Amino acid sequence: MAILQIKNLHVSVETEQGSKEILKGVDLTIRSGETHAIMGPNGSGKSTLAYTIAGHPKYTVTEGEILLDGENVLDMSVDERARAGLFLAMQYPVEIPGVSVSNFLRTAKTAIDGVAPAIRPWIGEVRDAMSNLKMDSDFTERNVNEGFSGGEKKRHEILQLELLKPQFAVLDETDSGLDVDALRIVSEGVNRAKQANGFGVLLITHYTRILNYIKPDFVHVFVAGKIAEEGGPELAARLEAEGYDRYVKA
Amino acid sequence: MTEAIIRPGSTGHSHGGAEIPLQTRSERLRSANPGDHIAIDGRDEQWRYLDQLRLAGLDTNVLTDAATELVFTAPSEFDLTLVDAKDDLFGTAGLPEDITSANAWAAANKASKITLTGEASEPAILKIADIKADRAAHIIINSKTHSRGTVIIDHTGDAKLAEVVEIIVGDESQLTVVSIQDWNDDAVHTSAQFARIGRNAKLKHIVVSLGGKTVRVTPTAEFTAPGSEVEMLGLYFADAGQHLEHRSYVDHAVANCKSRVTYKGALQGKGAHTVWVGDVLIRKAAEGTDTYELNRNLLLTDGARADSVPNLEIETGEIEGAGHASASGRFDDEQLFYLQARGINELDARRLVVRGFLNEIIQQIGIESIEQRLNEAIEHELTRSNH
Repeated sequence: MAILQIKNLHVSVETEQGSKEILKGVDLTIRSGETHAIMGPNGSGKSTLAYTIAGHPKYTVTEGEILLDGENVLDMSVDERARAGLFLAMQYPVEIPGVSVSNFLRTAKTAIDGVAPAIRPWIGEVRDAMSNLKMDSDFTERNVNEGFSGGEKKRHEILQLELLKPQFAVLDETDSGLDVDALRIVSEGVNRAKQANGFGVLLITHYTRILNYIKPDFVHVFVAGKIAEEGGPELAARLEAEGYDRYVKA
Repeated sequence: MTEAIIRPGSTGHSHGGAEIPLQTRSERLRSANPGDHIAIDGRDEQWRYLDQLRLAGLDTNVLTDAATELVFTAPSEFDLTLVDAKDDLFGTAGLPEDITSANAWAAANKASKITLTGEASEPAILKIADIKADRAAHIIINSKTHSRGTVIIDHTGDAKLAEVVEIIVGDESQLTVVSIQDWNDDAVHTSAQFARIGRNAKLKHIVVSLGGKTVRVTPTAEFTAPGSEVEMLGLYFADAGQHLEHRSYVDHAVANCKSRVTYKGALQGKGAHTVWVGDVLIRKAAEGTDTYELNRNLLLTDGARADSVPNLEIETGEIEGAGHASASGRFDDEQLFYLQARGINELDARRLVVRGFLNEIIQQIGIESIEQRLNEAIEHELTRSNH
């Protein structure tokens, strides 16, 4: 049983007008096997939270801490965090020209595990995971994210989630840009990986649509850099009906 | 970043610098006599990116012929002879267009002439290693009609060398010429390489520049009969203090030929400087021409500079296509973040990105021993950058 704790997290970014505080004291605890949905209007800081957990250099933590099983995550480099078991499925994965998906996946797996995977079982594992996500087998020969459609990029992120088996998965607007079929396939991938590996999920979304497929245990409403309200799945239903207006105006 | 495509029907076009070239590329002086060329002047387009002092006298000193210092190993389809100006092919591929190549031409009385007959499955290798200072070399490579093979000119060790390479690609032949500049850190090297391409022939010309303080390679390809093709590939990796300059020129003098020029380079360290100038001339007679040239540079650190100038002159609208692309960009930190977020450490992540960037060229070389050597060299460069 692993535990990810976020305590009184304050985060700033540098802008042309100087330093701007985006997160203003976030408290959140996620345990293995739990699914937490973070919902909120655009600009509320949801993605900042995701990228801060992963360690993107653009974001500066000015106060608070992030602990993974008691270890200080903020002291770790980006790759150390990944090796410690944190995974971020990105909203806008970047292209890496000239680097094939198969090379990338094998390199990442080797880095995460500390040893190269045995070739035959690994190839089988990749093939099965791709087939589950309805990806063509020639996908592995393409360059990472180069020329991928929006749906292909998201499937590729979830493919990595299945193969890299983290302790905690942060899904940053994984539902954006997906049609109904792709949303279902991607969501099933998340559920399958979660069932197999029992990780905790932090699901960041603007819409309640994905929650029909990935059932949250907890819902947190994120407004202006803080959690404004917390509850169970019923809170998502209320947001669906009422929107975020009452929080924004308050 | 600039991208541009010139479509059939458009006329004269060139860009890349603030000034307009004073002459069309075809009007540049050609002479084997050093006295005909003016001394190097930074205002001259040919020399605007290179400080004359970096040539360490290759333009002004009296040079000595290095012919006897070259080492040749090749399968039986190749033949090496030392020839002089009386040889049928001497001076037929091109004449010097700048003072260093004219200086080399004047000094190298003997040319090392490599003749390819038949189909060779193994490459010929001309080793130019640890050449003494102020040397000149003249090399002639001729692929006979219907022949097929590869010649590698492998430059290593110390050198102060001005070189001329003539490449005569026979009708219906397929020739690959690889010029590797893997010199020691202090080496100074200029190499003017002229290719004259016969009917239905194909030349693959590959330039790999890794080592040397100052390296300037100027490959020229001229089509003389229709149905032919040239593929010019270049790869370079410049470290602190290195100047690596490549100027390619494709002369579409006749109809229905195809050219592809693809140069890619990585730079790192203070004062690392690369230059790529790609001239393409499509003459009035060259209807049906299909040409594309591309240069990309990846700047890995601050303090490095990449100049990239494509020039396309078009004298006929009746062409298949003509385009060029040029882009120089900094290492993308978002790529680094993405890879690190998958557990890959920073050095390995940089390695993946740079290898990926250069792969487009490496994969097209098609010679396993060179691909392997390049991979090792890139690995070495990247490890160096970590210190």
